[in-house]
Amino acid sequence: MTFGWLTLLGLLPLVGALVLALPVRGAARAIGLAFSLATLAVAVLVTVQYVGGADLAVRLPWIPAFGAWWALGLDGMGLIMVLMTVVLTPIVLWAEWGVRGHGRWNAQGYFAMVLALEGTALLTFLADDVLLFYVFFEATLIPMYFLIGGFGGALRRAAALKFLMFNLVGGFILLASVIGLFAVSAAGGTPSYLLSDLAGQPMATNTARWLMVGFLIAFVIKAPMVPLHTWLPAAAEQATPGSSTLMVGVLDKIATFAMIKFCIGLFPEASAWVAPFMIALALISIIYGAAAAIASTNLLRLVSYTSVSHFGFMVLGIYIFTSQSINGTVFFMINHGFSTAALFLAVGFLIKRRGSADISDFGGVEKATPVLAGAVLLSVLSAISLPGMSTFVSEFLVIAGTWTREPWVAAVAALGIILAATYGLRLYQRTMTGPLPDEVAPHFTHDLDAREKSVLIPVIAVILLFGFMPGPIMQLAEPTAKAAMQRMQLDDPVAPAKGEK
Amino acid sequence: MTTVVFEWRALAPVLLVLIAAVLGILVEAVVPVVHRFFAQVFLVVASIVASAAMLVANWRAGIGGPVAMGSMMLDRPTYFMWGALLVFGLLAILVFAEREVNGGVSTFAASAATVPGSRAEAEASAARLEHTEVFPLALFALGGMMVFPAASDLITMFVALEVFSLPLYLMCGMARRRRLLSQEAALKYFLLGAFSSAFFLFGVALLYGYAGSFDFSAIAAAVQNPTMGSGILIAGMALLGVGLLFKVGVVPFQSWVPDVYMGAPTPVTGFMAICTKLAAVGATLRVFYVALGGERWTWQPLLAVLVVATMVVGAVWGLTQTDIKRTLAYSSIAHAGFIMTAVVGATAGTATSPLDSLSSALFYLVVYGLASIGAFAVITLVRNNSGEANAIASWSGLGRTSPLLAGIFALFMLSFTGIPLTAGFIGKWAVFAAAWRGGYDWLVIVAVLLSLVAAVFYLRIVVVMFFGEPADGVVVGKASAFTWLPIAVSALGVAVLGVFPGPVLALATAAGTFIR
Repeated sequence: MTFGWLTLLGLLPLVGALVLALPVRGAARAIGLAFSLATLAVAVLVTVQYVGGADLAVRLPWIPAFGAWWALGLDGMGLIMVLMTVVLTPIVLWAEWGVRGHGRWNAQGYFAMVLALEGTALLTFLADDVLLFYVFFEATLIPMYFLIGGFGGALRRAAALKFLMFNLVGGFILLASVIGLFAVSAAGGTPSYLLSDLAGQPMATNTARWLMVGFLIAFVIKAPMVPLHTWLPAAAEQATPGSSTLMVGVLDKIATFAMIKFCIGLFPEASAWVAPFMIALALISIIYGAAAAIASTNLLRLVSYTSVSHFGFMVLGIYIFTSQSINGTVFFMINHGFSTAALFLAVGFLIKRRGSADISDFGGVEKATPVLAGAVLLSVLSAISLPGMSTFVSEFLVIAGTWTREPWVAAVAALGIILAATYGLRLYQRTMTGPLPDEVAPHFTHDLDAREKSVLIPVIAVILLFGFMPGPIMQLAEPTAKAAMQRMQLDDPVAPAKGEK
Repeated sequence: MTTVVFEWRALAPVLLVLIAAVLGILVEAVVPVVHRFFAQVFLVVASIVASAAMLVANWRAGIGGPVAMGSMMLDRPTYFMWGALLVFGLLAILVFAEREVNGGVSTFAASAATVPGSRAEAEASAARLEHTEVFPLALFALGGMMVFPAASDLITMFVALEVFSLPLYLMCGMARRRRLLSQEAALKYFLLGAFSSAFFLFGVALLYGYAGSFDFSAIAAAVQNPTMGSGILIAGMALLGVGLLFKVGVVPFQSWVPDVYMGAPTPVTGFMAICTKLAAVGATLRVFYVALGGERWTWQPLLAVLVVATMVVGAVWGLTQTDIKRTLAYSSIAHAGFIMTAVVGATAGTATSPLDSLSSALFYLVVYGLASIGAFAVITLVRNNSGEANAIASWSGLGRTSPLLAGIFALFMLSFTGIPLTAGFIGKWAVFAAAWRGGYDWLVIVAVLLSLVAAVFYLRIVVVMFFGEPADGVVVGKASAFTWLPIAVSALGVAVLGVFPGPVLALATAAGTFIR
């Protein structure tokens, strides 16, 4: 048995969280950042080995009576999500260096909870066992709950509870499906939760459909898709920008990730069956999210609605079933992670200066703090998928893939892009341009400081890098898309050859 | 004339506990007051440890089968339940011995026989009298609880029921504070308990009429080869069920639970919460699987309806509570429902997948027990100047003033909720899986949704503790190891079993099936 690199990768941040439970006082933040950087280093080592073709899979019996294994493995999509998570976490910690909570909630608690969130999220991306995935899928809720409830704005308690209740609804319904899978597996002989065993398990059509519906409800709530999205704006409005980054950038990705890995992996027939419904839901999310973003008067709500719209694109890319669109979705998942991080963090710096998140409280800021304005502009452009930004490539792939199968769906989705330009440019216009009002000016006396710059530079650098050089990540994503298409037993629609009638 | 055979060694675990209880009564009579407390605690610990040691020795020696002339069955489930009862009994009774937190006296009334508010009460209180009888009473109850699920005929079962019930009625009425509430609880519990015992007896009589024997195997045989119509069987079964389900706390026989849990001294509530439930579920399983297993098509659907009602009442009524003990009482009703989903499923294990209804219910009882004992022990520590502060509002901000204790209590709440990485999740998974495999997938879906409802009140407590402002005048009492040890053991158990349930689950699975 080879060294359990993946086990180390998943457990290291959790160990860090436990260390932070000790009274380490002043060193807490440094220790937390060190653990997140060490995790990043391990992830880099893992990537090097993965690219080198090493088999990193770990498989140890965990709960034999349940057929559950400590089974960790990586595919291209998993690696992409892992890399996104390990890069974003230290950035978030660095961005929230001065975080102050309520009551006993201090920076130490914040750093511990972020590390706990990182570890549990990493394990959901690594799990090759359905029960193991479920366990960590649910476990992510607890640190996130405390991050919102302990460190948010005035209405944080209600927001945290709303977040938790919505996600628990999904989680418990998922539990029923997970248990159903066990019953199916046990009926076929030796029960096993291994993805590879379950994928080979014959399932009655109706059983598979019902079980998949359970999975899907959880992921639709998590993603979040209209009409089950309402927890997201509420939570993002109250949480700190760093928490929101992790919530939208990492946590919600588990849903789209799991749709590809588990819904398609376990229930291909049922996935095809539900596809029209999911496509409709995705279109509604795209349009509604963008429209709600336009109508938002609060910066944080606006940013979170843009994500609702973007998740619509991701889900559309999955359920239209072309290798191009699935590829685009996987790429979109990482790009959206960084794009939304840039937006939340830059807007966060803006809000921190003004002490308010209402759009009407801003105006003409670019005259006072041009660097901050520039950062906001770049992140807005990334959010609206301007060419040159990484998000453009992925959104284009999704729409192009969709076009080959359902042109009219692509047309509706493209409407989302126009709306995106509207909310993005309006946001910039209303906060940054125009005269600098007297009541705003005193708040914007200093531009981004060195720490704030060092937070935003790597994020924006990644966005631009992937925008101009999508190649490496696309190569990683491709096998996943191919495998998904194979699992669905679908071929890409053949474009009519030129000159042929 | 049959010769009387009595397997002393096989029965030693029960006998040791009962003998210690009798000795405890003697201690009251002969040992001077100043030494009584120490002597009683010593008796409890020594007898339970010795009993557990005998249990392990017997298990290793492979002793088993029918004992005491066939009136008890020493099979693997019995071993498991005895082991669990002894561990939980010890932990729960240790909390009885806590005196430091209460200013040097126990949580039990100075003189339970005095009228509340009378001069006699004040004098007894001033003289710092104590009821050290609670220790032998608890041991009697524990002994009865051990016999109850091991009994393999109805008469033994009834005797065991009374042996463990009577001390409980008494102990419920012995709270030092809020004595009227406590006495009301005792009276309610006694009256309803006596009523349910009558039902139980009536059921016994009808089943005897049907099968011509009290013996479970004889009843099972009569069910297989009926000699008369099934009307009397079904009536007997229903009446017997009333008696058993009353003790489990299944709707519509749950009305005593909230009042008794709230009124009883908190250590006694902790003891009842798990030990009574364990014994009662164990006995229910034995009666319905061994004696009435052939009639499962009759009782499964009926029980399924009751289970749904139980979960609804526990989860929904729990939402409206403002008292923490009452909340946990409704929680215990909800959990009775969750456990019974496995019983309804009546899944038999297979060679490749040995997890059946019995073992998953047993495992659930263990994880529920750990969290319950810990939670009630924590409740004894949160106090204001008039004693325990049981209003949920007074737990506000506990996470700020006493993060360790609040963290542990939150762990228990998360375990009750069934959040992964706590033992409660593994337990829930196990019982729901057993129900699903038994063909009750709809019941699992209902149970899952009601778990969600119950989650609201557990999480509300966590919210209050961690995000609320500290309440005035509420402090965490300084306690001795008698309270901290059970709390620490429970917390550790809940955390460890959440991640590595393997060994205990393997034990529960090995406890597999009843010998018929």
